[in-house]
Amino acid sequence: MIRYIIHRILQGIPLLFFISIILFLLMMNMGDPIATMGGRTTTRPADRERLKRQFGLDKPILVQYVYWLIGNDWTKIDLDGDGIAETKGQRHGILRGDFGYSLVNRGKPVLNVIGERLPNTLILMLAAELVIILGSLLVGVYSALHQYSFTDHFITTLSFIGYSMPIFFIALLSMYIFAVLFKRWGLPYLPTVGMFDPQIGKTTSQVLLHMILPVFSISAISLAAYSRYIRSTMLEVMNQDYIRTAKAKGLPKRQIIYIHALKNASLPIVTVIGLDLPLLLGGAVVTERIFAWPGMGRLFLDHVERADLPVVMGILMLISVAVVVFQILTDIVYAWLDPRIRYY
Amino acid sequence: MHPLLAVNNLVTQFVIPEGIVYAVNGISFRVNPGETLAVVGESGCGKSVSMLSLMGLIPTPPGKIVSGEAIYDGKNLLALKDEEMEKIRGKEIAMVFQDPMTSLNPVLTIGKQITEALICHLGLTTAEARERAINLLDMVGIPEAQRRLEDYPHQFSGGMRQRVMIAMALSCEPNLLIADEPTTALDVTIQAQIVELVLRLKQQRNMAVIWITHDLGVVAGIADRVNVMYAGLIVEEANVDELYESPNHPYTRGLLGSLPRIDRRRDRKLIAIPGSPPSLLVKPKGCPFRSRCPIGKEVCQMEAPKLRNVSENHRVACWIDISSGEQISG
Repeated sequence: MIRYIIHRILQGIPLLFFISIILFLLMMNMGDPIATMGGRTTTRPADRERLKRQFGLDKPILVQYVYWLIGNDWTKIDLDGDGIAETKGQRHGILRGDFGYSLVNRGKPVLNVIGERLPNTLILMLAAELVIILGSLLVGVYSALHQYSFTDHFITTLSFIGYSMPIFFIALLSMYIFAVLFKRWGLPYLPTVGMFDPQIGKTTSQVLLHMILPVFSISAISLAAYSRYIRSTMLEVMNQDYIRTAKAKGLPKRQIIYIHALKNASLPIVTVIGLDLPLLLGGAVVTERIFAWPGMGRLFLDHVERADLPVVMGILMLISVAVVVFQILTDIVYAWLDPRIRYY
Repeated sequence: MHPLLAVNNLVTQFVIPEGIVYAVNGISFRVNPGETLAVVGESGCGKSVSMLSLMGLIPTPPGKIVSGEAIYDGKNLLALKDEEMEKIRGKEIAMVFQDPMTSLNPVLTIGKQITEALICHLGLTTAEARERAINLLDMVGIPEAQRRLEDYPHQFSGGMRQRVMIAMALSCEPNLLIADEPTTALDVTIQAQIVELVLRLKQQRNMAVIWITHDLGVVAGIADRVNVMYAGLIVEEANVDELYESPNHPYTRGLLGSLPRIDRRRDRKLIAIPGSPPSLLVKPKGCPFRSRCPIGKEVCQMEAPKLRNVSENHRVACWIDISSGEQISG
């Protein structure tokens, strides 16, 4: 098992290199970060040249990638444009933990930019994931055990509708109902923007209150998708011979469902959750935008728009590493759940 | 003798998109304490469905027990609530299934699967249940029982898994064991071992056994009485010796005639009953065997024959007297 994990980690390293090259090439075509640096006025050609040199954007792609990866403190760069490379490079490269500096945030380190947003996103997304997993287990298992009953039909229809709805629509609709209409009707209404009311300050209750609508919007669609999946997995397991054996033993229903059935059904469910979890780091781009939640999704969108290569690459690499790590974790959970799975 | 289990007029159907499957069409039989009843018939004749109906293991929907009663210990099993039935299943009446490869839960240890019934029915502690489980595995002939409790089903061979299934079924010392083709999925030498094992345990415990099979060869060795089923009906029931000596139903004759025999010439083809069983999707009318029957008459088209006494321990559902070939009077 330990050998297997080490093996998988070693396999992940070339994969991450490969991902980083592809992403870097794509980012190069993303846009011109310098174009928006002068605010509303167009950047002057002379400034352009200077900025390009300072940020190293005048170098060929391959060189830029190498600098991003391992830094440029081992060589000298030409900052003043006189053709002589006389200044020592300052960058250490991502391999040495230097993610670079944001091009648009007045030279703030990328790790700081991300670090400010990551906790906000994690609060939001972990809450949403908790709602999704618990809710879909409840709904999925219930409708599987009551297949073709009225409640099952009702849930299935509802989840089908939920699944087909775009997330911005659910977000706007929930805003309209729980904030606009509730306020109009004189009911207590929910806040729609930001993480807290600036007049009150960032208290726990404020953050929780502001989380309700975004968490609802994010959960709604995934809950629908997950519960449909769990329902069909449970149905399949409940028809297996070993479930009949468990019934023939006279075990109580609860024991059959939660021990005999769910443990078998959890294998495919773990796969889906394991693939989804790392994407939480990326935040919910649309939802965070609509509810003005200062998280990773909004950060990503803002910096993609302005072609801030170091920040965007930082976010994407963070997600890539998380994907690789969670795949390994999923495999470990597999072996723990199913004794037939052994790794060598 | 007071029967252990008396089944009266059991009817089970399945409602599927293509229509209604008439799986069991009104069967009645009884099992006495300590006796072995064999239920014989080809695939799809309703053997398993009738037993699963008794145990309340028919998936509903699509299955539906339309009518009938099954009296066990003064209670009608078919009318019991789920919780009451849970107390009988596994404790009073246990079942062993056909395919040991799929009938054990792949993600739980054998020990867990044996002990959970003991804990649930007999209220044993985990330690007591483990002790008991070791004895049970020992009894069904699994070596190193103590170590093997921690093993998972995939670490056992097919025959060993069926032994585990039997150990599980017998764990609470049931009065009745329903064995649903327990040897079909096993190879021949293992089959013999399993049959022997069940017989030995049955004698030790004075337990009644219903043995479902399509193998008349096995029946001769183990059963006291035999029910022959065809298309959801019992067409003949008799003591085992009498059935083999003088089968009265043409279907039983066909079955016995199609048994391969060791004293027959090898180059002779195996004999088969011509035709195939009727579709269970058609509402039964007349004798179900009429289209394949060599001695059928007009009356067989009109009405299904009821079971009639041939002798004290022998009943048959046929309009024709097999020895004379004439329609029975009355």
